[in-house]
Amino acid sequence: MIRFENVGLRYGQGPEVLRDISFHLEPGSFTFLTGPSGAGKSTLLRMMYLGLKPSRGTISLFGADVARATRRELPAIRRRIGVVFQDFRLLDHLSVLENVALPLRLAGEVERRIEGPAREMLEWVGLGDRIEASPTTLSGGEQQRVAICRAVVAQPSLIVADEPTGNVDDAIGYRLIRLFEELHRIGTTIIVATHNQPLIEPFDYPRLHLEDGQLAGGPARAPALAAEAGLVG
Amino acid sequence: MSGGVKLIPDDTGAGRFLPWVVAVMVFLAALAVSGVLALDQGVRGWQAGFEGHLTVEVPAGRSADLDTRVAETLRILRSTAGVRGAVALDDAEHAALLAPWFGPDNPVADLPIPRLVDVELDTDHQLDFDYLARRLDDAVPGARLDDHKVWVAQLIRLARGVQFIALATVVLIAGALAAVVVFAVRATLSVHHDIVALLHVMGARDAYIARQFQNHALWMGAKGGAVGLVLAAATLFVLSRLVARLEAPLLDQLSLGPVTLVVLAFVPVAGAGIAFFTARLTVFGALGRMP
Repeated sequence: MIRFENVGLRYGQGPEVLRDISFHLEPGSFTFLTGPSGAGKSTLLRMMYLGLKPSRGTISLFGADVARATRRELPAIRRRIGVVFQDFRLLDHLSVLENVALPLRLAGEVERRIEGPAREMLEWVGLGDRIEASPTTLSGGEQQRVAICRAVVAQPSLIVADEPTGNVDDAIGYRLIRLFEELHRIGTTIIVATHNQPLIEPFDYPRLHLEDGQLAGGPARAPALAAEAGLVG
Repeated sequence: MSGGVKLIPDDTGAGRFLPWVVAVMVFLAALAVSGVLALDQGVRGWQAGFEGHLTVEVPAGRSADLDTRVAETLRILRSTAGVRGAVALDDAEHAALLAPWFGPDNPVADLPIPRLVDVELDTDHQLDFDYLARRLDDAVPGARLDDHKVWVAQLIRLARGVQFIALATVVLIAGALAAVVVFAVRATLSVHHDIVALLHVMGARDAYIARQFQNHALWMGAKGGAVGLVLAAATLFVLSRLVARLEAPLLDQLSLGPVTLVVLAFVPVAGAGIAFFTARLTVFGALGRMP
């Protein structure tokens, strides 16, 4: 599903901010990416959703080396990935419904098949009565739920969430993780980056731990379970 | 929910000034193009007007009667192969030719003025110009044969030069318009870089993102182009009225025919097209720098 092999990243001529990153995530797995702020979690996720090219190493997504993909092939690969950004990145000039519908629109879905799924998603996260609202009028938690709806509405194979609980209190954060669990149950591969260790404590999923630009310590759960998840630290 | 969702907001100001810039560009280009086409028509008219004609100038001498020499000139001309007809201009026609310089009262009527003979050529027969000139000079010393070639050639050279400058101006206007669109699109791209980057990461095709800009540029270009064309049409109408008031036969040839009007209607289309394709290429260039 996702394979990083000796991946490194440097900006310009600067030092490597990520070094020797190697891991493999199986399809349908749920993984937490942990580490302190500044460890490189967001940078690693950016490479995963093809927002950044590695300086070295190989990244394979859905069984294909992305470096070999042509520019015309990349959008289709990106549309198989739903991204939840730390800062939501909702388009303020669009309504909540239009924000959620965006991935369907980008996928070229016909108009009559866009609004229904987007509405359903918003009902599912309890925002059915806010579909015409501007994102600027929503609370942080509501914006985060809209962002999650947008990430999952097109039923991607992989969901990458960067600190999805970073702007909400622990109670809402816990509910958001539960939301990702539900998506995981229907077969979606999930990777959630967070520095909030206590929040994810109750969840028994493998961890990738980043320290100072390197994967450290290997999976932080029982080796058997890690192997089952296909995690290679 | 509308299908025509505007993913890139038009709040950079570029959308407000672009139609006016396009209007000015289209106005100037339409004037230049109409100049090129009018001159083209004029050149053809001048060539056709002088091609089948010669003028013989019979000098006003003292030794012989002018009418006799004009009659001798006419006799020679009418007996020459390649000449269809020859007519001496009468006093009224001479006065009309002199009027632009001396006024309608013709204060030089008493002066010895050369007489002009208008010669219509038979285009089916080749005229031996040199032989005719020698015959005329022998029979009527001082008679001068003028086929207008030198004068027409100079006039046409001037007209072609002006046309070249006008066409170069049109090319410069097109280039300036493209540059303005590039700056406007880059400004919008810069202000809304986050949205463009988001769409890119979400899997939008480059063509899809470019469409958000190019369609907007096309609409702005079309609006501006229409305004520019209307202004140009009004200006050309006023100019044509002013030209019509002049009694200048050469300028009569500079009229704008239906073909010209069709070509002029194409100018704003070209302006909108330049805006469209420039916006598209600019966005593609910017997206090409993204991973």
